Amino acid sequence: MNKPPRDWLKGVLSAYDTVVIGSGLAGMTSANLLAKLGHKVLLAEHHYNMGGMATWFKRKGGHVMDISLHGFPCGMIKTLRKYWTQDISHRVIQLKNVRFDNPQFSVNTSFDKVDFTNILRERFGILREVIDEFFFTVRDMNFYDEVVMTTRELFEKYFPGRTDVWRFLMEPITYANGSTLDDPAITYGIVFSNFMDKGVFTYQGGTDHLIKEMKQELLRNGVDIRTHCMVEKIYVDDKTVQGVRINGQDIQCKSVLSNSNLLTTIEQLTGEEHFEPEFIKEVKKVRLNNSSCQVYMGIKTGETVPNVGDLLFSSDADEYCTDKILSKDVTSRTFSFYYPEIRPGTNRYSIVSSTNARYQDWANLSESQYKKDKHDLEQTTLDALDKYVPGIRKKVDHVEASTPKTFKRYTLHPSGTSFGTKFEGLKISRDLPNQINGLFHAGSVGIIMSGWLGAANYGVIVANETDKFLRQLTPGLVTASA
Amino acid sequence: MTIEEVRQIILNILADIAPDEDISSIDDNTKLRDQIDLDSMDFLDIVMELRKRFNIEVPEKDYEHLATMAGCVSYLTPLLKDRPLAS
Repeated sequence: MNKPPRDWLKGVLSAYDTVVIGSGLAGMTSANLLAKLGHKVLLAEHHYNMGGMATWFKRKGGHVMDISLHGFPCGMIKTLRKYWTQDISHRVIQLKNVRFDNPQFSVNTSFDKVDFTNILRERFGILREVIDEFFFTVRDMNFYDEVVMTTRELFEKYFPGRTDVWRFLMEPITYANGSTLDDPAITYGIVFSNFMDKGVFTYQGGTDHLIKEMKQELLRNGVDIRTHCMVEKIYVDDKTVQGVRINGQDIQCKSVLSNSNLLTTIEQLTGEEHFEPEFIKEVKKVRLNNSSCQVYMGIKTGETVPNVGDLLFSSDADEYCTDKILSKDVTSRTFSFYYPEIRPGTNRYSIVSSTNARYQDWANLSESQYKKDKHDLEQTTLDALDKYVPGIRKKVDHVEASTPKTFKRYTLHPSGTSFGTKFEGLKISRDLPNQINGLFHAGSVGIIMSGWLGAANYGVIVANETDKFLRQLTPGLVTASA
Repeated sequence: MTIEEVRQIILNILADIAPDEDISSIDDNTKLRDQIDLDSMDFLDIVMELRKRFNIEVPEKDYEHLATMAGCVSYLTPLLKDRPLAS
């Protein structure tokens, strides 16, 4: 006899102040903050795990693979302390050995301003004054600035013709947020400055530990967490959020904070008919960011890997080039090395190779071609890694690859985008509540709101607006004026 | 609430947001961010705390009034003067 399907909404309330759609870092952070501010919050996640792109998986042989743990800027310590817990923030540790290896240069760095300044002077022969002015310019960029310059123009201004310097400055940020030379310079400047502040950091205990801790904190603060729960529809009437449909069941709510992809939120969950035509015209111009391929390599029990770096930006390409970085014919890979220190007491190693990729290169292959291409990706990655870890094939006992199709399956993001939307998505995301009362979006938009720190902080920014909206629904809120 | 009490409330909020900073010697007329390590997210926290504790909404255009301690006190005292300290 078949068992009846489990009711993942068992015991759910009929109404909430806020339904948060999706438990990526932005969704979880906003849910936690709104609950701490006294609101009744339902957090709905379609997958069985929480975390969104901040995730991990386990495989036979005791392997645990982290998708995106290495790394984030130092600012994450403060964000974790303020919006999560002291204990979580205390587990953040620095990754001190960041490595570049390509036909133009091989460099090791602690990836902070002091070390970058030294390398730019000594290795690349750039004048101190130019370096200082460059750092001053990017430090001074802010979120509210008018978009005037692309990153290419920024580099051209300070380091004309120096494609080696461009690569040194750009490659890690492309890895961190998918941005390219042709995106607005502020999308580069803000993220680069965040890293240069103190370096690159990670979480000791692994992604699984972090998400488990966050889940406990959400529960302590009274968030109703529901996994296996797909939000199918956001109900809107009279330009105001009324509720949602989850797994076929209607639930009322005063507000929705969507951590689903921006375009999915507007076009599929809400429906274009609820927005002004002028707004939808702007929505149609929003470009999705690219996706990724990853190869996960689990090291056998008892085997070791020497410390060859924490993050290694390796490339065979002559120069940094967006097209080459996205090409299915991979020339550039970022290796994240997870040593036993990441999960103290386990004595296990894993290595994850990440490359940026285009969905369309993978979406329309026959099943056999898809399998073959994945296999090739695994084999060429092992070949490339052998240069840094000789004999790697003898050390690994688990290898598997993910593609843009994999990312789409687990995150439901259109085209499997792993960095949300391009810059123009930010304005649309911010503008949603002006179109529909009670509809908010927090997730990767505009690149600067991407990555660990950007996503978590954007969750806070939007939770603040949701809190303001909810408090305005009841009398008593006094607006100050100067 | 008196002016002194309003000032103390701001100090309490700052102490929560920036526990590692010495807030006892804050100069009222110098920008807060020049004295302690505060970023734009921290100012957002001040706004959220005021809403949570006192149901006071600070519009975005008025954030500049929170730049100094003296600014905070003169901006908030009219709203808080009739409230008991306990709130």
